[in-house]
Amino acid sequence: MIAIIDYDMGNLRSLENALDRLGATYCITSAPSIIKQADKVILPGVGHAGLAMENLIERELPDLIRSLRQPVLGICVGMQVLCRDSEEAPGVPCLGVFDARIRRFSPAPGCKVPHMGWNNLGNMEGKLFKDIESGSHVYFVHSYYAGLCPDTVATCNYAGKMFSAALRYENFYGTQFHPEKSCSVGEQILKNFLAL
Amino acid sequence: MLAKRIIPCLDVKDGRVVKGINFQGLQDVGDAVELGRKYALEGADELVYLDISATLEGRNTFAVLVSRVAEAINIPFTVGGGIRSLDDASRLLDAGADKITLNSAAIARPQLIEEIASKYGRQFVVVAIDAKSGPDGRWMATTHGGSRPTDKELFSWAKEAQERGAGEILFTSMDHDGTRAGYPCPVYAALSDALSIPLIASGGAGSVADIAAVLTIGKADAALAASIFHYGQYTVAQVKKELAQAGIPVRL
Repeated sequence: MIAIIDYDMGNLRSLENALDRLGATYCITSAPSIIKQADKVILPGVGHAGLAMENLIERELPDLIRSLRQPVLGICVGMQVLCRDSEEAPGVPCLGVFDARIRRFSPAPGCKVPHMGWNNLGNMEGKLFKDIESGSHVYFVHSYYAGLCPDTVATCNYAGKMFSAALRYENFYGTQFHPEKSCSVGEQILKNFLAL
Repeated sequence: MLAKRIIPCLDVKDGRVVKGINFQGLQDVGDAVELGRKYALEGADELVYLDISATLEGRNTFAVLVSRVAEAINIPFTVGGGIRSLDDASRLLDAGADKITLNSAAIARPQLIEEIASKYGRQFVVVAIDAKSGPDGRWMATTHGGSRPTDKELFSWAKEAQERGAGEILFTSMDHDGTRAGYPCPVYAALSDALSIPLIASGGAGSVADIAAVLTIGKADAALAASIFHYGQYTVAQVKKELAQAGIPVRL
């Protein structure tokens, strides 16, 4: 059983549909007992990182999430809140699992913000990217990013800026892109996560 | 490198995909979910479904259709047509849409952009602008398929929409839409330079060369097209292959 953490941060429908297409069983929950016992945990998230932290704190989830030992996947803002902090929410400590700080892309000619659309994965490491070819396209929608750091396990280049497309620390994984929206490549990445 | 997106657009009336020239003379071109799935398999980067039903019954059919699309398709899709309130947007989000487009309702009440963007994020809101060039050379937004003029000038309205929280601008030239005569590239280039958010070009593609032009000379981040795909003139895969051969970054 996969626990999808429900903390009121965006629509979960596309993630549910993607897991349905893979035949996975999941529940959407914010109950600590269920999250603790799940085989896998997914922390999704669309929206503001500060609000995401607020909602996690309100549900008393930060310590619980940090203590998880099963594979955990943060997606998009779910990945960002697993980092140290975010420029989107100055002064708010995030979960601090990944040793990265979240910065904002500066709009410039040739660098529209949000970074929206299909971009290439590079420098992929580990089982999450099993059978994924270098240069594969995945779908991104974000205005903030994690720079390169020791936890980086996949990179992406946007308008000359290299950033972390994925992070990993021990049992924690995070993708800045949306595997649930990334066609067959995303499906393979989700399958790989489920197989961890 | 960020790929330029190719986005087939499906106009939906009572659950069926239709296409007409300048919104007139509609023809049935297929089932909305099946056609969407076909485009996704061919390599479409996103899909847009526009509800052009005029009746309440048609609108309800559309919401059901959106959830069927969300179940069947593993790429992002945008829905639009008749969204007038935060509630309308919420219903489509709940059905599984990744983004919504606002058009005449945003012109009538620009605060709607803020209301939806502040609740669901900038990435959820695409503001569509159907504009026509006037005798003085200024491009003015229109509503009702180009038939009603407004007092909104294209560039200032697009920038206002961006400031109010739009995540993308979808600009259709009503002078070119459905004509297959190509896009007004200089206007696109100027608009793209004026915006810090992505610009989607729409209406007028008759050939791959037209699409290539608007993505390069026109500096658009994505191209939306309907007729060239619906009538089987090109498949999405053919278009993307030819764009790649022309040196344009696309997802193959």
